[in-house]
Amino acid sequence: MIVSFFVNGEKTTARITEPASLLDVLRDQLGLSGSKSACEQGECGSCSVMLDDVLVCSCLVMASDVEGSTVVTVEGIATRGLHPVQEAMHRAGAVQCGFCTPGFVVTAAALFDANPAPSRDEIKEALAGNICRCTGYGAIVRAFETLAEGNR
Amino acid sequence: MTTTSARRTTPEGAIGESPLRPDGIAKLKGEFEYAQDLHADSMLWGATVRSPHPHARILSVDVAPALAVGGVHAVMTAADVPGRATFGLEHPDQPVLASETVKYWGEPVAVVAAEDEPTARRAAAAVVVEYEILQPLVDTDEADTADEVFRRMTIRRGDQRAEGAVVVEGYYEVGMQDQAPLGTEAGLAVPDGAGGVDLYATSQFVHVDQEQVVASLGLHPNQVRSHPAGIGGAFGAREDVNLHIHLCMLALYTGLPVKMVYNRSESFTGHVHRHPARMWYRHHSDRDGTLVKVEARIVIDGGAYASTTSAVLANACYFAVGPYKCDSVTVDGVGVRTNNPPCGAMRGFGAVQVCFGYEAQMDKLALALEMDPLDIRRKNALATGDPMPTTGQIINTPLPTLEVIDSLQAMPILDLNLSENPVHLPGGTGLTTDAHHVRRGVAYALGIKNLGFSEGFDDYAQARVRLTPDGAVIETAAIEVGQGLVTVLAQIARSALGISAATVKHVDTSLIDSAGSTSASRQTQLSGGATLEAARQLRGQILDDYSGDDFDDVGVWRDGELVASFEEVATHNLSKTVTFRHPPTSAPDAEGQGVVHADFAVAGHRAVVDVDPELGLVKVLRVDTAQDVGKALHPESIRGQIEGGIMQGVGLAIMEEIVIDQGVIKNPNFTDYLLPTILDAPDVEALLIEKEGSWGPFGAKGVGEPPTISSTAAVAGAIRNATGKSIDRVPVRPQDIAFG
Repeated sequence: MIVSFFVNGEKTTARITEPASLLDVLRDQLGLSGSKSACEQGECGSCSVMLDDVLVCSCLVMASDVEGSTVVTVEGIATRGLHPVQEAMHRAGAVQCGFCTPGFVVTAAALFDANPAPSRDEIKEALAGNICRCTGYGAIVRAFETLAEGNR
Repeated sequence: MTTTSARRTTPEGAIGESPLRPDGIAKLKGEFEYAQDLHADSMLWGATVRSPHPHARILSVDVAPALAVGGVHAVMTAADVPGRATFGLEHPDQPVLASETVKYWGEPVAVVAAEDEPTARRAAAAVVVEYEILQPLVDTDEADTADEVFRRMTIRRGDQRAEGAVVVEGYYEVGMQDQAPLGTEAGLAVPDGAGGVDLYATSQFVHVDQEQVVASLGLHPNQVRSHPAGIGGAFGAREDVNLHIHLCMLALYTGLPVKMVYNRSESFTGHVHRHPARMWYRHHSDRDGTLVKVEARIVIDGGAYASTTSAVLANACYFAVGPYKCDSVTVDGVGVRTNNPPCGAMRGFGAVQVCFGYEAQMDKLALALEMDPLDIRRKNALATGDPMPTTGQIINTPLPTLEVIDSLQAMPILDLNLSENPVHLPGGTGLTTDAHHVRRGVAYALGIKNLGFSEGFDDYAQARVRLTPDGAVIETAAIEVGQGLVTVLAQIARSALGISAATVKHVDTSLIDSAGSTSASRQTQLSGGATLEAARQLRGQILDDYSGDDFDDVGVWRDGELVASFEEVATHNLSKTVTFRHPPTSAPDAEGQGVVHADFAVAGHRAVVDVDPELGLVKVLRVDTAQDVGKALHPESIRGQIEGGIMQGVGLAIMEEIVIDQGVIKNPNFTDYLLPTILDAPDVEALLIEKEGSWGPFGAKGVGEPPTISSTAAVAGAIRNATGKSIDRVPVRPQDIAFG
């Protein structure tokens, strides 16, 4: 089947010949490899994207269900330069191997777009679905606390 | 740059600063290319046929149904391995593809290449393998009795008849932990059209991958080039070959590039794990707390194949006493061979398991003697100039155990009132914990580990520093796994060369000699050492060539006058290549004695936990630490290593375990193998103890592993302190608290 949807503002179509997730289509057909596949079952958040303004794990979305939808991936988070959440993570040393990073960027962007000055607890709750194996989360929390402080 | 620029004495981004990661922006924008993201025109996808049994005889393999699947280009079995049939990091005992028997659940039996990934996986499922199921050997005692062992280790030091006035005993167990790097195993092999192959795959050590590919493909060494690829974490999981030989076989057979990416459940069988351990300890002390003798028996389960079990067992035995003086030591260790999943390297490498044992013992001794737990550690603290309690090796680099203890004691326990918010209680968002029943516990633990490879291994790293118009370029095959090697090597080059522009360029195995493995906390010291020496030599040559007395971003200076611009100097394509070795070590004698280690690092942790004793749930509030780092080259990265290492230590303490039933992994996925989330992360206060004198660059020590060694023991101790339960096993399970 052919599925048409918008990715990062551009209309796109994908030909789906067998059961595929939105993540499969983004990575394998559309060349958008920023979203990562790490657990394949919605546990780690590495594949996080915005689907019609809702944060989802793209590994859990059937590609056949996105007809007419609007998808924003990590590649579309910043229209130019870096999104403030990307800048904050960079400055705080919140990136190590970076495999989880796109998921954190998308999730944090959703948080800060909705709530520019979240509390420490709100930051942690929003990011509870994203697993990072390298940083122990310390630098990630510091990055977003600093960003939130600057927004107050 | 002009001659009127102000001269700088220290280049920007030098050691001691915390410059931003050069790959940070690409990673944040999703543009960084990981092994999973590689692509080549006309490439095929590979998939692996795996054994569903932990032990079975292979009666037949029928590949015809797989070849009949449309789009399949190749199905290869053991009969198709062109060269050496086996591989292995230390001993080549593992079949590239199983032929007669399978010895662990998930062992590769055949590999497939097809036009796309779903087709490859369908074809792999279509291969028909007929097995005769055999009884798996899964019990470590049975394996020991049957002499199914990779190595036995004996340490005898001092008076074996010594006895202390106070004796405490304990039996301890550590479960099997997974490195769980977020990126699974992945790679791309590209045939070069002349019978050779280029491999781009997840790795911690491309030169040893290359050697193993060469052997099993029966090729000349210059026909295989292994390239560093983008890595989504490692923690030891990428030292051993897994898909590397398979990819090269398929690529050379089909004549096309072949890509393979393990899914998560495959990844649990596709790499080795942290060895589960069983430990029996007896500590003797005088009435004043002075250790008189330590006796230990240590059994680790190596699983089906050797991997690094020999070295992990040795480490467990060498560090079985911890960072404490003791004149009489008896250690017997064995690494057994079973049909459980193969185990090998994971951050801490044998030192983690024993730390849980000996630190529980130190707390027991303190309790028996009615001593403060830090006082008994202080009384026995190992220091520079002391012999290692196990090997007798005199420690000749700084070992600030006392400073670690004093620092931990001096760090205030930040005011931690029990939270009103139930989310912060042990039951977390389940809101199950009754706040009135919560018990708080505090405990300390210290850990020690070697840095670099030991026991006489010729441990070296090569690096090349080249001066280009864009600045210094450090060429290396040392793998960046996320730890920040690309940042710190550039800092070292800047400091040594005197210029601000420096970048790391990864090159393949044909262009530079080995950097050794990104493991054993060794790259900052080894590849950093090579970079430092190469940069110093390069600066020396530049000053000689122009008879200068200084070199900086502007150029070469003599008596305050510019004699050659940077641009002029950079036109000559100057470079220096250096191979750096750490001080030599030697194999131990029959009693485990000798100079077997090149350097050591010590760290300590203090954990504060809240425990729900009825439900057996734990909230780790804080893990504060003091760590011996030699010289802090990039303080922020060190903090990142400390916080990340502590989190993995907390994971082992309370949640992370590969559950095995008769050789079969029951939880090979992130739903059932629990990884700490941001809500599980304790607050961390970290104190870096800088005491120069190590042979690392500028006195730096490796920093990656110490955070994982004693953090587990500290958390377990804090649970013991809160509950009064024995807590003799990690990960601590709810039933160990509620019913233990």
